[in-house]
Amino acid sequence: MSTSLRNNRLPALTGLAFVLVVTAIALVFFYAPLDEDGLNQKIFYFHVAIALTAYACFGWGGWKALRVLWKRDERADLESYVAIHQGVIFGALTLVTGSIWARYRWGHWWEWHEDQLVLFLVLFLFYAAYFMLRFSVPPGPRRTNLSAVYALFGVALIPVSILAIRLSQRFIHPVAFDRGGPNMAASQFFTFCVSWAAMLVLAAALYNVELAGKRIDVRLKELREALR
Amino acid sequence: MTTEEKYVAAAYLVIFAVVLAYVVIVALKLQRLEHELDELAELARQKQHEEEEQKVVAIG
Repeated sequence: MSTSLRNNRLPALTGLAFVLVVTAIALVFFYAPLDEDGLNQKIFYFHVAIALTAYACFGWGGWKALRVLWKRDERADLESYVAIHQGVIFGALTLVTGSIWARYRWGHWWEWHEDQLVLFLVLFLFYAAYFMLRFSVPPGPRRTNLSAVYALFGVALIPVSILAIRLSQRFIHPVAFDRGGPNMAASQFFTFCVSWAAMLVLAAALYNVELAGKRIDVRLKELREALR
Repeated sequence: MTTEEKYVAAAYLVIFAVVLAYVVIVALKLQRLEHELDELAELARQKQHEEEEQKVVAIG
């Protein structure tokens, strides 16, 4: 894809992210009805959307890592790194917003016997360690391969983390979706879908901004070497 | 403001603060890239000037 086409996509994505985030906030506070849980349930719309977006970012990072190993696509290494970086940011947001909600609902910031919480934390720490591994190896094919293999291993944790709430015998974490579909009114589900779309587009916009910055960085380094 | 409202506001503020922090980091990076680009442009001008001087010496 040409540079100009990538650059044209960025303002459109950023604008769409802004419109969707504003729409989602308006729907959360002025359209979605209050249920028996009270006002704190409003955290759900962004907390779950952010968590699912973090999974999507890790999955995208894994896909790009697969392309590195399978197709020897050199550009995919940087793309995998940026996707995992986005996943870690959205993962940290999931943990913080979840803790705030848990403090109000359960009276604790964290519950160690909650499988879903602990597995999400394991997934988050696994990908946080990705950066330690990546930057402990000098740039080159070895770093690219090691990073790609590590990123792919983490993908195996994603379904385990998502299904943890189904596998768990006892839990207090609310179940928003089960085999019968979403456990909420149609208006609440619509609001959730808009919030999720907003978070996915926001993540895509941030991913493209970071990727553009990193690519410019690489080109400037090449230019500096050429001028010496 | 009730306790419940404070918790909801805190959760949304955290999201807003993180996105804002991200924008600040990107802005700082852009500033650094602009500075590096200025340096490289200066380096290219110097190199061009040196090459022109060498040409003049060779002709002379």
